[in-house]
Amino acid sequence: MNIEQLTVLRTAAREKLLVRDGEKSKDGYEYHVLVCGGTGCVSSGCKSVRDTLIDEIKNRGLEEKVRVIVTGCLGPCNMGPIVTIYPDGTFYQRVKADDAVYIVREHLEQGRHIEGLMYRSPETGKLQDRWQDIDYFRNQKRLVLRNCGFIDPLSLEEYIARDGYAALAAVLEADSPEKVIDEITISGLRGRGGAGFPTGLKWGFVRKAPGTPKYVVCNGDEGDPGAFMDRSVLEGDPHSVLEGMVIGAYAVGASQGYAYIRAEYPLAIKNFTYAIELARANGLLGKNILGMGFDFDVEVRVGAGAFVCGEETALLESIMGRRGEPRPRPPFPAQEGLFGKPTTINNVETWANVPLIIHRGGEYYASIGTEKSKGTKVFALAGKVNNTGLVEVPLGTTLRQVIYDIGGGVPNGKALKAVQTGGPSGGAIPAKFVDVPISYESLAELGSIMGSGGMIVLDEDSCMVDLARFFMDFVQEESCGKCTPCRIGTRRMSEILTKMTQGRGTPEDLELLIELANVVKNSALCGLGQTAPNPVLSTTSNYRDEYDTHVKEQKCPTGVCPMRVAPSRVRK
Amino acid sequence: MSCCQDHQHYDREVLAGFIEGYRGQPSGLIQVLSKIQQTTGFLPKDLMATTAERLDLSLTEVYGTASFYAFFTFRPRGRHGITLCNGTACYVKGAGQVLDSLEKELNIRAGDTTGDRKYSLDVVRCIGCCALAPVITIDEDVYAGVDPEKVPEILEKYE
Repeated sequence: MNIEQLTVLRTAAREKLLVRDGEKSKDGYEYHVLVCGGTGCVSSGCKSVRDTLIDEIKNRGLEEKVRVIVTGCLGPCNMGPIVTIYPDGTFYQRVKADDAVYIVREHLEQGRHIEGLMYRSPETGKLQDRWQDIDYFRNQKRLVLRNCGFIDPLSLEEYIARDGYAALAAVLEADSPEKVIDEITISGLRGRGGAGFPTGLKWGFVRKAPGTPKYVVCNGDEGDPGAFMDRSVLEGDPHSVLEGMVIGAYAVGASQGYAYIRAEYPLAIKNFTYAIELARANGLLGKNILGMGFDFDVEVRVGAGAFVCGEETALLESIMGRRGEPRPRPPFPAQEGLFGKPTTINNVETWANVPLIIHRGGEYYASIGTEKSKGTKVFALAGKVNNTGLVEVPLGTTLRQVIYDIGGGVPNGKALKAVQTGGPSGGAIPAKFVDVPISYESLAELGSIMGSGGMIVLDEDSCMVDLARFFMDFVQEESCGKCTPCRIGTRRMSEILTKMTQGRGTPEDLELLIELANVVKNSALCGLGQTAPNPVLSTTSNYRDEYDTHVKEQKCPTGVCPMRVAPSRVRK
Repeated sequence: MSCCQDHQHYDREVLAGFIEGYRGQPSGLIQVLSKIQQTTGFLPKDLMATTAERLDLSLTEVYGTASFYAFFTFRPRGRHGITLCNGTACYVKGAGQVLDSLEKELNIRAGDTTGDRKYSLDVVRCIGCCALAPVITIDEDVYAGVDPEKVPEILEKYE
């Protein structure tokens, strides 16, 4: 396919999607029925819903009138299985196979919307028909998730209809690599994997670094427990990540790319691999892309279950078939990365932002967000919150807006206690800071990090000592063992915290814990080790009284910790 | 070759062909190990030796890499693989109780296989279904919002 053919294809493809914009379609279908097929909805049983819809549509002779499309993740996983019907955008939640029969007979045959399956606002009690009207969606700004839940992720045509590969075509036709890097720099895009390094700057380093070939890597080893936006983007809009990688490769001068996806995400691996094959077959990847003389190809590498491989140098080791152990930086991957060559490594969400920035301009992107944190960020909202799932908001949005306006607040009338961001590398932000606008800087000031965007809501029943123990257990198990502070330090911290949760902790243990945390933070080799003490540091500084109750009174205020050991055996 | 009793049913030639495809390419090690495990269910000794030889690696390097990653196992597994997610969301929503229930019901600890080789039980870190916590998977099936008391009922479905 060349650029001209791409344009022709886009015009035709758009006409087929008009129904989803609320207009009359030109493909003959009166209705498009979208079934969410993200991993969340799959586990809620969306496959039987889809099968029943298709069967019933056939039974009623509606095949010419109705098209059923399985999409990627729409976001609100707790409402799954989700069925959305266009042109109206009617949103049906918690649909069972029996309901599917009803949807066909009532909605698709008679045109009557089914109130029993609609979302009802818990506050006003009002039914909300269209998905765009539901608070959960209304308060979001979906840029990265623009196609997730809206297109068939296995269809190149549908991606192209939504301006897919338009950015790539524009870049190859008119822009120098330097111009692309400038545009990304202007946008202010920062690494969405957690560290927040300016993407344009990173690309510039790789562009200028001596040595060939150069490599482009997509970090899809989304290891932070509680984060699943990368999985959803790879599942629901794989071409956006792929297009981002091709543009990045052009900008830095790379000829080969790798996408490292964790083995726990089989659907993401399948959809992304298929996207690569489609792109290659259509001249969007491989030799002479879009007939413009640029060569670039991508290979998928599947992880094998190691959290540390999310660290960039460890990930590169793993791609090379070795133990995923990090190495000291410098040299940074931009100078010496994969196979010792200059490599740019970015996270899935970062790559998915790239086509959008090129297409709409760096200035547009920079107009969203705060002074230093531009654009939007996708958060995985989970834990003790009513609406769980993926949420995309402009940076600068407050935690309150995310948890209450979008998340619908804490269930069962419980009080919000804290929000854990950044996974095991982050910290628990106390409820009193709920009005702080979210940015890389503000979260760091509060002793946490942006991380990859996991956001776990904790209510009054959550014990902060036990939470710290949970994360420390996690990190000590995932520590690769290469450096001593991380290997031994996290083990000792985990032991001390376990003691505390069993009612055997002493005030001296608490002092030792904090001291150890600071030592590990300052001396560990890689990001995993350096940030591992964050959950301890943030909870000991914000919830010191809770620790004191554990170690002085041998009590857990929330009753979460077992405190199993009989009082007589407690060391004084 | 007593070590191979558990993986006689697969096509050795297909697997050998796959390994051959990576001849002299040490960077293909993880793909080769993954393929072996997918095919046989674990990493048998004889195939580790073949891998080392074909990929120009020492046996130590092969074992070093294989033992580093949680996904690889050197022991035969059960017919049904049960994984319990212990990511943050699942932990907050009570994955611990689900694990207790599974261990009690199967009479094994996490990481082990039942005596009749019917089930293997593993704890993993986040399968990304956080919104539906607590979650377990059995083979390809995902169970969301698992109630510890419903564990026996879930297990009943598997033969």
